[in-house]
Amino acid sequence: MRKTKHTGRSLLAVAGLLLVIILLENISSWIPGLPAVFAPTSQLFTVLKKGAVYSLVAVSMNLLNGFTGLFSLGQAGFMLLGAYTYAILTVPMASKDQVYYLFGGSAVKFSLVDLFQSLFGNTGFGGYLSLICAVLVGILFAGLVAALFAALIGTPVLRLKSDYLAIATLGFAEILRAIFQWQTLGPITNGANMLKSFPTFADFNIRNGAGQVVLRLSTFVPFLAAIICIALIVLLIHSSYGRAFKAIRDDEVAAEAMGISLFKHKMLSFVISSFFSGVGGALFAMYVANAQAKAFTSTMTYEILLIVVIGGIGSISGSVIGTFLYVACSEWWLRFLDAETYIGSFKVPLLRSGFRMVVFSVVIMIIVLFFSKGIMGDKELSWAGIGGLLKKRRPKKKTPAGKEG
Amino acid sequence: MEQLLSAEYIVSILLSGISLGGQLALIAIGYTMVYGILRLINFAHGDVFMVAGLLGIYISAALPMYIAIPVVIALTIGLGFFIERAAYKPLREAPRMSVMISAIGVSYLLQNTATYITGGQPMTYPAIDALTRTVSIAGASTKLVVIITPILVVVLIVLLTTLINHTKIGMAMRAVSKDFETSRLMGIKINNVISMTFVIGSGLAVVGSILYFTTYPAITPTAGAMPGLKSFVAAVFGGIGSIPGAVIGAFLIGICETIIKGLPSSWNVSVFSDAFTFALLIVILTCKPTGLFGEKATDKV
Repeated sequence: MRKTKHTGRSLLAVAGLLLVIILLENISSWIPGLPAVFAPTSQLFTVLKKGAVYSLVAVSMNLLNGFTGLFSLGQAGFMLLGAYTYAILTVPMASKDQVYYLFGGSAVKFSLVDLFQSLFGNTGFGGYLSLICAVLVGILFAGLVAALFAALIGTPVLRLKSDYLAIATLGFAEILRAIFQWQTLGPITNGANMLKSFPTFADFNIRNGAGQVVLRLSTFVPFLAAIICIALIVLLIHSSYGRAFKAIRDDEVAAEAMGISLFKHKMLSFVISSFFSGVGGALFAMYVANAQAKAFTSTMTYEILLIVVIGGIGSISGSVIGTFLYVACSEWWLRFLDAETYIGSFKVPLLRSGFRMVVFSVVIMIIVLFFSKGIMGDKELSWAGIGGLLKKRRPKKKTPAGKEG
Repeated sequence: MEQLLSAEYIVSILLSGISLGGQLALIAIGYTMVYGILRLINFAHGDVFMVAGLLGIYISAALPMYIAIPVVIALTIGLGFFIERAAYKPLREAPRMSVMISAIGVSYLLQNTATYITGGQPMTYPAIDALTRTVSIAGASTKLVVIITPILVVVLIVLLTTLINHTKIGMAMRAVSKDFETSRLMGIKINNVISMTFVIGSGLAVVGSILYFTTYPAITPTAGAMPGLKSFVAAVFGGIGSIPGAVIGAFLIGICETIIKGLPSSWNVSVFSDAFTFALLIVILTCKPTGLFGEKATDKV
């Protein structure tokens, strides 16, 4: 009884959040004269989009590291697979020659975009429907390819423990990165060059006949995708499988003694986590509007790991809060540290390009050393917990749409 | 193809492979010793190596080379010591993963600080005449550093093995790596031993960085990450905790990598020079997780 009530409230909160996002995105075109922070080019929306994408990736890493106790550092590799799968499948036929000009066109002789456009047409509602279908199918394939790869490497890799698992998955990510930069695969992966021209979040903005944007949805779409995926992960964690994952994390021997198949559950967690990392990779490609292997380095994995640590290893809501805090600080709130600043004729010392990341990494080290539980520890945001705080609905929403600016 | 099989080409590839291997070996020892004692993959070690390179650039610009090198060595050793005290010592009782996360955090901090200080610009290492002079061996002309590296590596390793096998601190190190708790009960000052490990590791990393970066076009803030990971793989290959193992692993990786890079460019395989190392790692981990000379460790798989 209680549970259904809470589910209802959660659904309502999510719907409210999505509505607020749409409002935020469009309010500047409805009400002129608002502060610049609401303009579509504002940092606010960069933070929201990147935050949505990264929170999915962070949660998928947390599923593996925090809930199953498998310390994997292959995140960037699975994201790379997802990003490339999505990009390869959705670059429109018309753009292929231009994107793959170094290789005289692509070896992939179809495009999901054109496929669905031939079904639903390419103008008006039909065009929009085919865009949605193409992106959906593309993202799904992105996840599936990443999951398939995880299933393939899972058998050897999951036998390893703790830091050996970490270094092996890191190794696989690096191998993938090399393969995707290989010139011989150029007709498919475009070699070391970037893939672009595929549908991005901006394509979801609804335009009228004259090409003017009527309704912006470019922030709404990543939020919707991330929320659906995170909800699926939450459902998984609350299922009997999730309990088995936690049992394995807490004590492998005891879990095995209770009849939990270690290999099966580790594999399941690994594959599912990779699926969502792949989806996250596809969303990341949509966010940056290109896919390039050299972006998916181990530094990216470390960044996501640090987000998970900041949020709290073993807490979904912690990962989400951690992501938005991290992204907001690095992309927006701490930007001033990178700018040379003068107060009168006095030049504020130290402030110049790069200082932001130094401050940032010092803060991270302080969290790692002195607050190793992170923001949430292994607890989750709950309605009771929030009720105890202010009457704010979800701090997650508060963070990106904060009062700053 | 003819050019590939010519004696000079093979000699020059082998020589630079041995040289790269020697440089990696000096880093790999740092990894293998720290892992042997703390069971920690010190992800920051590669970045200490990079910082040593940057220090070399900045200090040699201000001081003559014969003073600069000892100063750089001292500063880097200080850095290694400080990192251990500040970032790893407080987590001595924490789970192993926390320490590893801390190491990743330190690596992130060092890279970002390097970006801040250099302004993100690639920096060129000063030419050290004694190392960059060109000599000719078996018809293949090469830089002197290629000859000096393996000799220096052998000398340093002999010194290190003597230290470990025949001195008191070396005995303490061996004891700690065998059994942390028991050696503490036996009155060994664990923290001193661990600090000593970091001092030795960083010291060897500086020597490695001087040799490595003189032939390297430029130092970027991420220049240490890849050599670091490769050296770790070398340490795993040789059997983690084993110094001769790490050295052999490093030479093997160095030579293989140079061979892959030296293959004809029409094969397009040079992109795999890094990936090869990781493929080797995965093969080792799945087939013989203890590595070449590793002791039987039960907590590895």
